[in-house]
Order: sequence, then C-alpha cells, then structure tokens
Amino acid sequence: MSEKDAIIFKDVCRFFGDVKAVDKVSMEVKDGEFFSMLGPSGSGKTTCLRLIAGFDRPTSGQIQLYGQDVSNLPPYERDVNTVFQDYALFPHMTVGENIGYGPMVRKVPKAEWKKKAEEMLELVRLPGLADRKPSQLSGGQRQRVALARALINQPRVLLLDEPLGALDLKLRQQMQIELKALQKRVGITFIYVTHDQEEALTMSDRLAVFNQGKIEQLGSPAEIYEHSATPFVAGFVGISNLVKGEVAERITGLHRMFSIRPEKITLAKANQQVSGDQFSVDGTVRDVIYLGLYTRYLVELDDGGDLVVVAQNLQTTSMDVFSRRDQKVRLVWMRGSISYLEE
Amino acid sequence: MIKRISTFLYLRPKLVLLLLLGLPMLWMLVLYLSPLGTLLINSLYHLDGFTGKIVRQVSLETYAQLLEPANREILMRTVSMAIVVTLADAMLAFPLGFYMARFATTRMKTFLYLAITLPLWSSYLVRVYSWKLILAREGILTWFVTLMHLNPVLDWVLKQPTIGGPSLSLSQIGIGIVFTYVWLPYMILPIQTALERVPKSLLEASGDLGARPGKTFWKIILPLSFPGVIAGSIFTFSLTMGDFIVPLSLGNSSYYIGQAVLAHQGTSGNIPLAAAFTMGPIVIMIIYLFMAKRLGAFDAL
Repeated sequence: MSEKDAIIFKDVCRFFGDVKAVDKVSMEVKDGEFFSMLGPSGSGKTTCLRLIAGFDRPTSGQIQLYGQDVSNLPPYERDVNTVFQDYALFPHMTVGENIGYGPMVRKVPKAEWKKKAEEMLELVRLPGLADRKPSQLSGGQRQRVALARALINQPRVLLLDEPLGALDLKLRQQMQIELKALQKRVGITFIYVTHDQEEALTMSDRLAVFNQGKIEQLGSPAEIYEHSATPFVAGFVGISNLVKGEVAERITGLHRMFSIRPEKITLAKANQQVSGDQFSVDGTVRDVIYLGLYTRYLVELDDGGDLVVVAQNLQTTSMDVFSRRDQKVRLVWMRGSISYLEE
Repeated sequence: MIKRISTFLYLRPKLVLLLLLGLPMLWMLVLYLSPLGTLLINSLYHLDGFTGKIVRQVSLETYAQLLEPANREILMRTVSMAIVVTLADAMLAFPLGFYMARFATTRMKTFLYLAITLPLWSSYLVRVYSWKLILAREGILTWFVTLMHLNPVLDWVLKQPTIGGPSLSLSQIGIGIVFTYVWLPYMILPIQTALERVPKSLLEASGDLGARPGKTFWKIILPLSFPGVIAGSIFTFSLTMGDFIVPLSLGNSSYYIGQAVLAHQGTSGNIPLAAAFTMGPIVIMIIYLFMAKRLGAFDAL
C-alpha cells in the first residue's frame, strides 16, 4: 500500500430498529483525496458521514481514522470537522466567535484565536466580517463561515454534508469550483455528501454511489459514468438507456442487460452503413425536445421499447430538429460505449 | 346576505380590528388599568395618625412609611424569597426540560406534560394545605427523615436563625419548599420550549469543534435557552411576590408583602399603605421585565 488510508470502513452497520440505514459498508478513503458519497435521500450516505464525525456509533463493524479505531470515540476526540447542511452557526455569537470556537474551547488565548479567525476569514474571502452576526449574512457567506469554522482546527479530514444544497444554481457552481480549489490548497481529505450527481462528478477524485444502505459502486467519476456497474448507478448518475431481454440480444448478440448513454448514440439516416466496431438499431423519432445547447430525441424502436438520444445542436437549427419528428432513423454507437450490467 | 356582510367587512379592515379588539380593550381599560391607576393614586394619600382618617392629599408620606425598618424587612423578605424560589425552580426545571426536549419519546413527553400540568387542575389551596401536612412535625417527611436516621440534620437546619423554626411547616424553609413546588410548572414549560428551539446540529457542531458536553452546555445550550429561563422566572418571581396564602398557611408570624396588604387594607384600614405595598412588587417587576427584554426573553414567549 503506497498511499495512506485516511478512513477505513470495515463491515460497518448502523440499524435504527428494523431500518438498515448502513448495511455492511466497507470502503477506504485515501489521504488527501476529494471523496464523495452520492445517493438519494435515505441511502445511508449521511449516516456514514455522521458515523465518521462521531455523532452516531455503528451497530457493528469498525471505523478507522488514520489507523486508529475511532468507532466509539466521542466527536470532540476525533480529528475531523464538519460543515453542516444547515451550517449550524451559533446565532448568539459573532462570525469571529463562531470561527474561533474551536481554538476557544481548546483554551487557546483570546488574542490568538481572534487573529486566527481573521486569517480563516481571509482564506474563505470574507475579510472584515468578524463582528457581524450570522443572521446578517447571506446564504453564500454563511456557507463560507461554516467552512472557515470547520477548517480552523486544521482537521485531518473535513466532512461536508450537502453544504451547497441551500444555495441557488449560480452560486452553487461557483462554490463547487472554490471548494475544489480550497481542498487543493489546504491539502486535507474532504468527504463530501451529496445527492447531486453532477456535483459529485465535477468535484470528486473518487466517489461511492449509495443505495439502500449499501455501496453500489466505488470509483473515479469517469469509471462510474462510463462503466456503471449496476442498473441503479446507470440510472442515478446521469441519464442512461437500459436495454434488456430480447431487444438487447438482437443488438449485441448477448442475452445481457446493458446501458448506453444518450449522448453516445448517433442519429443516422435509416439506410446508414454500419462498421464492424459499431452497434445499431432501427426506430422512429417520436418526440423532439429542443433545449438550445442540445436536442433530446425519444426514439421508438422497431423491436419494442424506446431510447433517448441527445445530440448537440452544432450545425442544426431548431427547424431541422423538429423536422425529424416521425422520421425513420437508424441509431448507431461504438461497441465500447455500452456497459454490461449486473442484474 | 352573509356574502354582503363579509364583502362589507373585507373592504373595511379597520372596522374588523375594532370589532375584534373592542371588548377586550374595554375590559383592559375599565377592569384592569383603572384599578391600577386608583391604586397608584391611593398610595400617594396617607392615613392621619390621630383621627385614623385618610388624608386625600398627594404626598410621599406613605412611601416614607414603607421604608420604616419593619416594613422594609417585609419587602426584603419577600424579594429574597422570590429570588430563592426562582433559582430553585430554574435548577429543578432545567434538567427536566432538557430531558423532555432532547431525549423523551413522544409518549413520554405527553406523559410528562400531563404530569406537570395535572396539579394545576386541582385547587391551589388544597395543595398548599396538603404540603402543610407533609411538612408538619408529625408529617410524612419527618417520618421519612426518622426512617433514614437523619433527624440530627433536620434539627440542625431548623435551628438556624431566620430560615429555621419549630418544624418545617412553621419555617421559612417550608414556605420556600411550597413556593418552589407550586410555581414549578410555570418554569418548566418555557424552559422546555426554549430548549426545543435549539437545533440539534448546533450541539453537534459544538462537540465536533472539540467542546466537551460541559463546555457545550455553558457556551451553547444555556445562552440559547436563557430567554426561556427568564420567561419562566417572570412567572415564579411575580407569583411569589404577590402571594399571601402560602405564608399565611405555613411559616411563622413573619409577614410577606401579600399578608401586609391584606392586614393594612382590612383590619387597620390603612388603604394608602396597602396600596404602597402593592406598588413595590409592581415597580420591581417593571424593572425586571425591562431587564429581561434587553436580554431577549420575549423572543421565546
């Protein structure tokens, strides 16, 4: 093992009565990486985060933090800090006191933690706001204060629980870039919980896709997107066409379910020649949705079922795309772009 | 017809407000504020020592009487008792309120709500007299103390000057215990409400940043629920100051404000002094409320 593991989960379970919130999860998070836990609500990702932070304890299994078993350590004895979904800023304290809270409770002299809090404010690009109350800040500013407060203790791992969920789209995209840059600058391990697959793909070095308390797939964004291992991952991460049964067999010659991304499919003329490294299937365009940057087509296959195809509007105009409705087409894609799925 | 009336009222919001508030405002004015005004005026009159008649001239003579040692002692005793009872109630109510707000299941919470408010359904007088029996020398508490062989402790406490007495039911301690008991629900409910409003994530954040539970209590829980403590203390403080039944039923012959008012306006016919005594708690409460407002106590009401 060349790289150190920041966090190791060994068969970790967390049950709430009959509900298996986390069901035998095992994973390793490497030191210094941006690791995301992606999944729908109730999939166990937030519970895993809370187990790392120490707000909750596993029913069984073991959690290691840099080689130390922390499964039963209280939060205040773990070298991790959290950015909460609702920011959890202390409303009765100023921004400076909020950020300085970590060193303050560790009995660092006041002058020292005040100075440190100012430095942290500069790190998150909010200089001079130390004397404001959290209620006087905008959502984006609160977000940065929460980040500064969690980073002041210089934790070995920073946990982020859907930190951008409450921000509007523009600000969220801006913060995604900033967070990623910040992580590179401070060089600590980030564990990021989100239900937004685009966010997870944009920011992560690696990510784990959660479903019903289990990890469905763990890998780099490209691996997860291009080679989804299960129908759930293919459907949750981006848009995917799932093809199974006889239709699948007629296309690939194998009786196996596969997924194909809509943007990998080319919409060709009905009599288009197909080369040996391509798959093809015939159908009729049933619906056209023009979305400016690209157009989404719904194609009904002659063999039954339908496929979604996305094509960028590079040369085509809206007139062109709408004229394709009800036309016979041949869908063509490279053999390598499909993922066979475990059923 | 109804449609026409509702349209008529819809177009006249001020009239609706008047209809809604008219009666309660009248009630407040005639039956509440005007007696208070009368009280203030009466406290500015004084009793002629020779004739025993009330002199209807505005002066501060009655207030000067209020500051005579005997009367000052009554004021001090009452205020001290109110402070002690408030502190005792706060200390008893906080753990229970915290348990209810953080850990109790819904069923347990319902049960506790019922248990806290149930005594309020029965007569206050009955409860005070029950306590007289509990605290009496032959009562269940003394019996229990004997069972535990703690009589020397009880005797030592009762031998103390000022707070002691021949038995618990005839001492200032007994009065304190009963006051603390009867006003406790008024302290628990606001504290519990205030604690329930403190988001759980704030406590987690505090622990996450390295604070041990004790630190989290002093830095986060207490400051954020303090408005609830203040709101509860307004009840316990003012109720203790105005009460005359508890010191009348228990305790010795040392007077409280309520008793003094009762005696002066009744047997001795000194209405101005009774009025001045009543103004005491009112002034103290106004100052207290003003301070409480500055501490943000009314945000939690």
